Amino acid sequence: MMIIITTVLASTLRAATPLLLVALGGTFSERSGVVNIALEGIMLVGAWFAVYGSFLTGSPLIGLAMAAMAGVLIASLHAVASVKLHADQTVSGTAINLLASGFTEFFMVKVWGGQSPSVKAFGSFLGLNWFIYLAFALTVVSWYVLFYTPWGLRLRAVGEHPRAAETVGVSVAKMRYWGVLLSGLLAGIGGASLSIGLVSGFSSGMTAGRGFIGIAAMIFGKWNPLGAMAACLLFGLANALGTVLQIQGINVPYEFLVMAPYVVTMLALAGVVGRSTAPAASGVPYEQNH
Amino acid sequence: MDKNRLNNLLRELTVPVLAILAGFLVGTLFIIAAGKNPAEAYSYFFLYVAGDAAKFGETLVSTTPLILTGLSIALAFRCGLFNIGVEGQYLIGQVASAWTGFFFTMPAWLPPVVQGFVHPLLAMLVGMIAAGLYAGIVGVLKAYRGVHEVINSIMLNWSGLYFTHWLLMSQMKEQGSSATPRIKETADLIQGLIPGSRLHVGIFIALLAAFLVWVFLWKTPAGYEIRAVGFAPGAAEYAGINVKKNIVMAMVLSGALTGLAASIQTLALARKFYEPGGFAGFGFDGIAVALVGRNHPVGVVLAAFLFGALDRGGQGMQAGADVPKTVMWVVQGVVIFFVAAEGIWKFLKNRRTKKEAKTA
Repeated sequence: MMIIITTVLASTLRAATPLLLVALGGTFSERSGVVNIALEGIMLVGAWFAVYGSFLTGSPLIGLAMAAMAGVLIASLHAVASVKLHADQTVSGTAINLLASGFTEFFMVKVWGGQSPSVKAFGSFLGLNWFIYLAFALTVVSWYVLFYTPWGLRLRAVGEHPRAAETVGVSVAKMRYWGVLLSGLLAGIGGASLSIGLVSGFSSGMTAGRGFIGIAAMIFGKWNPLGAMAACLLFGLANALGTVLQIQGINVPYEFLVMAPYVVTMLALAGVVGRSTAPAASGVPYEQNH
Repeated sequence: MDKNRLNNLLRELTVPVLAILAGFLVGTLFIIAAGKNPAEAYSYFFLYVAGDAAKFGETLVSTTPLILTGLSIALAFRCGLFNIGVEGQYLIGQVASAWTGFFFTMPAWLPPVVQGFVHPLLAMLVGMIAAGLYAGIVGVLKAYRGVHEVINSIMLNWSGLYFTHWLLMSQMKEQGSSATPRIKETADLIQGLIPGSRLHVGIFIALLAAFLVWVFLWKTPAGYEIRAVGFAPGAAEYAGINVKKNIVMAMVLSGALTGLAASIQTLALARKFYEPGGFAGFGFDGIAVALVGRNHPVGVVLAAFLFGALDRGGQGMQAGADVPKTVMWVVQGVVIFFVAAEGIWKFLKNRRTKKEAKTA
């Protein structure tokens, strides 16, 4: 029994980690007023570059740095489209997701002939992967920065009421660039936590919707890093239970457990399980006053 | 056509055309990056798109579902809704029409011709209703609980994937396989209209749907209401239009069009519902089709042909010139991005005029 509990706990933490990193990214972006569904694609590109970096240098640390940089780079596309060009943020996000699958697939064939090699990945500390510690540490940092620093206040202000923020001298565009680029950084790291953390190689479409679950966790966690963490742990638990029950031969359709995060998020949004309300100006392009 | 309308049309076309050119430019760079000869790659592209009648038929096969998912997304857009949930609705439509196809047997007293007419019609109807209701969930939550449609659509995409998986594997699958039984032959949509290709009657159904969507949106009061809500919900409300009802209706109709796409693909091509390993992709391509087609049925048909050609041409480049067909995904992504970031063209134009002003 004990062994089952520790197995479930460990696999909950492992499943929650990539989700949490993406959810934190989404929180920064949406708090600044930019909807970023490109996180799924950014995560995928991050996962690819993490493996590529580790493959080139033999150092997973370089892989992580490359994943983070790639994340920022892709996110900057979305940032320019959303902030500067007033594009529809959902459409831009969709385009980036498509580009990301095309890009990673193309270079997987080009660089590795279609099959990613097994590369050096991050190890564990006390039985838990380093990424798990990183994700939870970043959660606390994000929470503190967002709610207890002037910078965090400015970021939230441009997401709630950009006009008012601008009136008191906050640059809406600058804060939104910060929000989106940070979301890219975190989603890139989230991708790395999959490809050089949970496993040690890239496979096509390996994020498999985790970016979207991360976004769901952000919503379910009410755009608060601590809330997102709780949501990710819950979603991770659903996932872990599914695996354990299957191994134990207990016949619960695993599909329903995997579906749970999505359904719960919809219920939360509909106000059935605690009300979730997005930042007021999230998704609305801002035209500067001249 | 008077001059004003012509000017408008040209303005409407500018952004999509520029975006398509940008897409092919980036695509060409990728072909070069793959170490291949672009001229050779594009010759295979065109060979596969329209090299002979059979190949052209296959291009139309690729075009058919895109017309319908493009219409689905365009109709929702016209009501101000972004239906990014087409992928999930498509799966629901597939499973519903496949079930109707294999579960029901046409009564023997009906003449075979009637059987072959009624059964596919029934299956298409069931597919449309199932997908329409599924999309309707999003509409109801938007109208009555104020939840943004994009997030719920995404949630329902993934829920739909796992739900149809469960439905198939635990309820419908044929012993020893991971698919439903084959649909009854009475439910088959005729295939092989051009010998050597799988061209099926679906293309005519899709074109008819495009015409009907046009009539509905621009020639009926109900369609006018949907467009009014999309154009200015506040004003529509003041004019006495029931905004909530129209949001739900637009989502249901949008879902039904996707359901039709799913049913046609099932009844004419797959003839089974196979274990879903992921999304079919027609939903995401449909977004591109709707945007490039400017949310107008005529534009949607043309854009669907373009993306159908990208699909077939991409296969051609892979088969003939060994260029990964993923290059075409990149082309699509670039096209969508540049259509979305419409501002970029204005931005470039403004900068040019500013420069000209300075030098003058």
